[in-house]
Amino acid sequence: MRFDLEIKCKKIVGGRTKGKLLLSKKPINFLGMVNTQSGEITNTSNGFERQNLKGKILVFPNSIGSSVGAYTIYSLKSNNVAPNGIICTNNVDITTASGCAISNIPLAFIDNQRYNDLVNCIKILGKNKEIEITLDTEEGKIIID
Amino acid sequence: MHLTRDEEKGLSGEYGEATSAAYRILVAIGEATDAEKLVPIKWAHVSGVNYNTIGDSGLEFLREISKDGKVRVNTSLNPMGFDRENLPELSPEFIEKQFEIARAYEKIGVIPTFSCIPYEILPIPQEGTQVSFAESSAAVLANSHLNIITNKESALSALASALTGKSPYSDLRIDENRSPMVEIVNETDLENELDYGLLGYFTGKTIQKSCTGICNISENTDMWSLKSLAAGIGTSGSCGMFQPKKPSKFIEKVNYGKREMNETRDELNTSEDGQLITFGSPQLGIEEISKIQTLMDGKKFTKPCKIFCPKSVFCKAKQYGIIDSLQKSGVDFISDACTCLTPLINKKNYDSIITNSVKASYYMKTSNKVSVALKSLKSIIKGYTV
Repeated sequence: MRFDLEIKCKKIVGGRTKGKLLLSKKPINFLGMVNTQSGEITNTSNGFERQNLKGKILVFPNSIGSSVGAYTIYSLKSNNVAPNGIICTNNVDITTASGCAISNIPLAFIDNQRYNDLVNCIKILGKNKEIEITLDTEEGKIIID
Repeated sequence: MHLTRDEEKGLSGEYGEATSAAYRILVAIGEATDAEKLVPIKWAHVSGVNYNTIGDSGLEFLREISKDGKVRVNTSLNPMGFDRENLPELSPEFIEKQFEIARAYEKIGVIPTFSCIPYEILPIPQEGTQVSFAESSAAVLANSHLNIITNKESALSALASALTGKSPYSDLRIDENRSPMVEIVNETDLENELDYGLLGYFTGKTIQKSCTGICNISENTDMWSLKSLAAGIGTSGSCGMFQPKKPSKFIEKVNYGKREMNETRDELNTSEDGQLITFGSPQLGIEEISKIQTLMDGKKFTKPCKIFCPKSVFCKAKQYGIIDSLQKSGVDFISDACTCLTPLINKKNYDSIITNSVKASYYMKTSNKVSVALKSLKSIIKGYTV
């Protein structure tokens, strides 16, 4: 059965992209937790398995910690290991916004209710299944294929 | 976010590529933080200097910016990887690239302070002045103790503000957002700067709001402890301001007791002992270096000890004879750099270090892969001197 769901989002950095969804319930300190050569999240104490950001649509609350995290996002992009798109669910912090702006990574914000819609959708599709989503910030929508 | 005609021109590239890139950053932040407009700022403090952290892509970005970019306000600069006048045994490539980063910043007009404590080496503007501080510990301290106003900026947002003289009017820049909506109720005896750092780390990790109250901390807390508190908050979270206050009936509360303190210490303390003692993350000011000298009282460290401080602080301490005295005690001074993320301390040369800084502890473990024995200044001096 084909399953299509659209969730509205707020555009922060424009663009349309696709990728497998990578969901983190916890914030990320880009400087301390991410390897800019491989795109891997190296600090697994944050509830992550050894996930890789490359090509993903990262859904997470917001970034924390170092101001240099903005350069980490830029380095990920320069090294071709950046996420294709990012969606913040708590607030769009200045580090993520500025890093995505200069790296041309589409960035969106979804509020609590829409975040819950997304989580419910993941549950319906199956927890272990890789879910591909389209992030179209110009149109203000997330499409779950 | 509304832009004036002049700002629109800047965005469209009429004033050059660097200014256009700066406005693109500010517009994205404006969207992200629901800002209505940009406001002037008087001082920018930029991070993203250490080649160890920004790498080749950061260097390439700064090369491009420095082609036609010029700062429009006083702009100070965070630490780089090593001391300019005391070159370490790093690869010639690292040293050259680090100097190229420094030259790019100087070319756009940044003051080469190489310090994460700009508030201790440059004059503080009058109360209520809007500034743009990227260094997270400095941003938290500016809002909470120095009575100047900044959001918890990123390396790129502070650079964008330096190049335009502006920042989005949002979050902590607006008066009504500078009152805490939640407070940490401290139930512990804060005995030293490390205890304040642990409280800060817990606060940043727990509080998701921009401003938090902290109850039961002394109004006469010394600068080292305030810097530790601010650095802890800056390291673990997104909170950009604290207010020391008495508990209020009307605000949501989070308790910080012995258990929370121990859990925080257990997370950051990753070694029983270390091969090297380091002080300075944030860098030490003159008062803190003086305090170490007083406590040392002529004794010698039994392990190598590095103190990180700004060049100007080093020169001042030298005049007072403090440097000579501490060098006799076995201290090695490093200016222009900071314990946090320095390439001088990594897993190739050290398995573990001893420090009183929670910020150093976090980044040493996560980025440099070096374990940390976290101890207070007094405990370090008691345990490692003869």
